[in-house]
Amino acid sequence: MDDLLAARSQMAVSFIFHIVFACIGIAMPWLMFVAEWKWLKTGKAVYLDMAKSWSKGVAIFFAVGAVSGTLLSFELGLLWPGFMEHAGAIIGMPFSWEGTAFFLEAIALGIFLYGWNRVNKWVHLGSGLVVGLAGVTSGIFVIAANAWMNNPSGFDWVDGKAINIDPFKAMFNRGWFQQALHMTLAAFAATSFAVAGVHALLLLRKKYTEFHFNAIKIALTFGAVAAFLLPISGDISAKHVAKYQPAKLAAMESLFETSKPASLVIGGYPDEENRNVRYAIEIPNLLSYLAHGDFNAEVTGLDQFDKSVWPPVVLVHISFQIMVLFGILMLIAGIIHFYFQFKKIDIRNRKWWLKTLVILMPVGFIALQAGWMVTELGRQPWVIYGIMKTKDAVTPMPGIQFSFFLISLIYTFLSFVVIWLLKRQIKLLHENYDKKNLNRTL
Amino acid sequence: MTELIILVLGVSVLLYVLLGGADFGAGMVELFTGRKSILTISKAIAPVWEANHIWIILAIVILFNGFPRVYTTITTYLHIPLLFLLIGITVRGTAFTFRYYDIKDQTQWYYTALFRISSIVTPLFLGVVLGAVMMGRIYTNPEAGFYELFIYPWLNFFTFLTGIFVCLLFAWLAATYLIGETKDEEENRVFTQINILLFISLFVTGAGIFIIAEYYEIFLFNKFSQSPIGLISVAMATFLIPLFWYGVKIKNALISRITAGAITTFVFLGWFAVQFPVMVYLKNGLHLTINNTKAPDATLYFLIYALGIGIFIILPAFAYLFNVFKFKKDTSVLNE
Repeated sequence: MDDLLAARSQMAVSFIFHIVFACIGIAMPWLMFVAEWKWLKTGKAVYLDMAKSWSKGVAIFFAVGAVSGTLLSFELGLLWPGFMEHAGAIIGMPFSWEGTAFFLEAIALGIFLYGWNRVNKWVHLGSGLVVGLAGVTSGIFVIAANAWMNNPSGFDWVDGKAINIDPFKAMFNRGWFQQALHMTLAAFAATSFAVAGVHALLLLRKKYTEFHFNAIKIALTFGAVAAFLLPISGDISAKHVAKYQPAKLAAMESLFETSKPASLVIGGYPDEENRNVRYAIEIPNLLSYLAHGDFNAEVTGLDQFDKSVWPPVVLVHISFQIMVLFGILMLIAGIIHFYFQFKKIDIRNRKWWLKTLVILMPVGFIALQAGWMVTELGRQPWVIYGIMKTKDAVTPMPGIQFSFFLISLIYTFLSFVVIWLLKRQIKLLHENYDKKNLNRTL
Repeated sequence: MTELIILVLGVSVLLYVLLGGADFGAGMVELFTGRKSILTISKAIAPVWEANHIWIILAIVILFNGFPRVYTTITTYLHIPLLFLLIGITVRGTAFTFRYYDIKDQTQWYYTALFRISSIVTPLFLGVVLGAVMMGRIYTNPEAGFYELFIYPWLNFFTFLTGIFVCLLFAWLAATYLIGETKDEEENRVFTQINILLFISLFVTGAGIFIIAEYYEIFLFNKFSQSPIGLISVAMATFLIPLFWYGVKIKNALISRITAGAITTFVFLGWFAVQFPVMVYLKNGLHLTINNTKAPDATLYFLIYALGIGIFIILPAFAYLFNVFKFKKDTSVLNE
């Protein structure tokens, strides 16, 4: 493994790990807010227990998210000083805003998690809302940086240096809105389906059913709404990529030859040598329509680019197919959920549905990671699209294989510990609450 | 404008030392007090540690936004000590949180061990990085070998003594803050004893750094004597020491905390004044200063505005957090 690949792999592992916890930090506070609000409104103890139990999980996940985020802020320089030397002055500002939002979130979380008996109940509810708002906001700000990498603006690149820097233009680049929208929705979908899956698993064990049943309801409502909106934001993003990063779209679609009209490729395994896709379903004209809104539009293929600047087609294409497939599964699940809600069907009697929810537990997060593979791998070989190649940004220090190995080991270990810890938290939950009467009002 | 940003950077690092530093210090104090004080320490840190540790992220963002070459130089050549620092931060935060929330069985021992070890490792390597930045052993010549570029700048007695100083400083601050976190007379007595021990060690180590600096040609005595602010800072820090001990003696937590914070601030100010305007000393003499590494004006302009608005939002919120947890009545945080 050469140093560049080790650096890229370490960054990938760090992001893959961090983003799970960041998403939970973005979406869970909203679920907790709804639970606490329902408690204040109905007085039913099950909702208070829900808010408090969820906050235990959130505290654990938040801490891991915070430390892994700290690691990332250093890794930007540890692994990519060539990038940061130039990009720092251009796109540093969204990071300061992210930092401010995150700061506010940590403060509000301190009050929310530990201040149950120290502040007035409405102040407490308010702190939960602040956590949610600050979490979403910090996510939106940090995405501005990635959007800039894909859509560089706010500077002129002359003789290997950035001049005429305009941080405002850089931050408000043309990619920010669609990336931020899609990511925020994805965070909600991924977290909600994971939460629903966990509670469905516990509901199947027939313990503390009132609690888990209501938890699923709250989680799935968020998840379903997000799942409905994701294809819309995804379409906006895809059209944007078709226009501004045609090589990425071509890789996503395994479109080796520029085509007018272009077919949509579903599934399949791209063959870069022979420039075709095997085992795929092709729907004529559909890619032209999705990418450009016209059934006969020309879609740029990889043939327009020198092979040296092709993204890794196989990885990008397959990641994209996975993301869309799992997105569709969540959408269908969302439809079923709303059907059950509308018809007032008690899902406790629908074991097949609960089992489905358990299977769908990781699906949102897998789609999320796959989506990031699409955009990050699809941006290669560039780190700043069209301006700086990833290989020119890497640290001169050799031996990155060592730190990659170390970080991967630590994060793998941490992942197992977190899962194990969560199981024990659930055990604690059941031990404490099986004795209580949950229909009591406080 | 540049000076204003440097001021915010300095304050951010100082607040990290005063607040986040104490979190690490608490882990070190636990080594002395053992299992008896775990509850007191956990309750003291739990609500505030995550907010406390953001100051370092703020400092990093100001660096890579406002002074990118300082950031990239440090992350390139001090990669290895930074890696240890980061592993320490990761292990400490997770070990503490897991210990707090998990079932209280044998696993507590593992969490505690990891928490305490990482509480030492992190400040140690923070001090190493700090020492390396002051020493001027960083080669930027790409022809140089792996050892010269990536090991030599930080692997020596000066940097590690600085690391030990930082550990002792954090531990002393924690021992100070912990007095008064509980009403238990016995516990407070123990914290006070540890405080005395730490303070003496800190003072001796500080003196040691000045002496060993001569051997490494950093000439701290000289630099301080030529800097008016440096001298005043040393004087002020010294004068505050009796006031600190008075506060400890009469068991007034407010006096002891504020004077400890003030002493630390003056030590920090002294170091800052002596270092200014250099950010990183380099082997080739072309030191990285505030002026030769600063980002273009447009960037600094937006940065200072972002910081201004951020401070306006954060400081009241931060004050509120501390008010809720340090000044209001405790009604059992741990039972949640």
